[in-house]
Amino acid sequence: MTAELAEPASKIELPAHIGGGGDIPSFDVTLRVRRYNPEVSDESTWDDFKVTMYGTDRVLDALHKVKWEIDGSVSFRRSCAHGVCGSDAMRINGRNRLACKTLLKDLDTSKPITVEPIKGLPVEKDLIVDMEPFFQSFREVMPFLINKGHEPTKERLQSAEDRERFDDTTKCILCAACTSSCPVFWTDGQYFGPAAIVNAHRFIFDSRDDAGDMRLEILNDKEGVWRCRTTFNCTEACPRGIQVTQAIAEVKQAILSRKI
Amino acid sequence: MTATIESPRSGKNSSGKISPQYRRTGASRGNFEMLAWLFMRLSGVVLVVLIFGHLFVNLLVGDGIHAIDFGFVAGKWADPFWQVWDLAMLWLAMLHGTNGVRTIINDYAENDSTRLWLKIVLYAATTVIIVLGTLVIFTFNPCPVVDGVQLPGGFCPA
Repeated sequence: MTAELAEPASKIELPAHIGGGGDIPSFDVTLRVRRYNPEVSDESTWDDFKVTMYGTDRVLDALHKVKWEIDGSVSFRRSCAHGVCGSDAMRINGRNRLACKTLLKDLDTSKPITVEPIKGLPVEKDLIVDMEPFFQSFREVMPFLINKGHEPTKERLQSAEDRERFDDTTKCILCAACTSSCPVFWTDGQYFGPAAIVNAHRFIFDSRDDAGDMRLEILNDKEGVWRCRTTFNCTEACPRGIQVTQAIAEVKQAILSRKI
Repeated sequence: MTATIESPRSGKNSSGKISPQYRRTGASRGNFEMLAWLFMRLSGVVLVVLIFGHLFVNLLVGDGIHAIDFGFVAGKWADPFWQVWDLAMLWLAMLHGTNGVRTIINDYAENDSTRLWLKIVLYAATTVIIVLGTLVIFTFNPCPVVDGVQLPGGFCPA
């Protein structure tokens, strides 16, 4: 403010409250949360929460702010909060995403941000769904290494090419974003669902595994891979960027080439 | 408030606790779904050839659309080649379409009795059309004679 223009501008005076890196823009957002509490009502309702958030905040931070400062009864799952555990998959603005990987600034903050539980699974409370049907399908495809040969004294070696074959499907974190975005799963919940098929794919195409045929037989069920309509909802929903629909197509082809 | 909320958690017993509507019931019908899936792809490819061939011959060749009349159809069905062509088109299109609608019913019908009835109607309609169509292709006679009398129409030679 003073007129000391003679001095070169080598020194930047930071306001006291900022550690560095400049000001983070803040904005007001309205979080529209789907509430369900079976102890109160069988009906779900929408609750609006207005919170001031920053450009670095994610939807999960907004939910935390709501739960910690406004309404402690808002219920949701989250564990690691950094996109690894897959606990906080929810339907944000009509799309399945992880709340911890969705930045508020990437959404349209001029309108309320809708947050709903993932579809197709029974809601227990607010954003928490019963994941048991999802995990049941996962268990049915036997997502573990089955090897009939002798157990090696060291690790089971595999070439880089063989490892690459199923690399994409090793990324699954079982968040259920894919399965609960699948319209075929929504209808009756009978379909194995993309996540189970992705995890079967991970072992079917693993050169160290010997039970590929068993898994293909399981997925040849009438509720198996043939119910896939290739709508690509799962690929779009996957927070890990797994090419889910492609993995399902590869399993279909593996079943076909085995039978014919 | 004394509402009792049953624990939604699984693991009460070894088999877990899955809501009944998610439990997969009924044995799988062998390879039926796989064959249906394969049929859709193969019949689709064949139908593209058959249908575009059909449209080309009927609408573009010669006088094109202006040549189509009773005589044109009668002439085509006098030739075994077109009988086989049309028969293949009829069967493949009907089965392809029926399987597609069956899939849609499976995907969208929400309860079992609706699903059953929609499928009964679908299969009945398919059967009637396939049988009737096949009968027409093979028994078609452009100049039917009933009790020794030529049916009117002025088309057939006396």
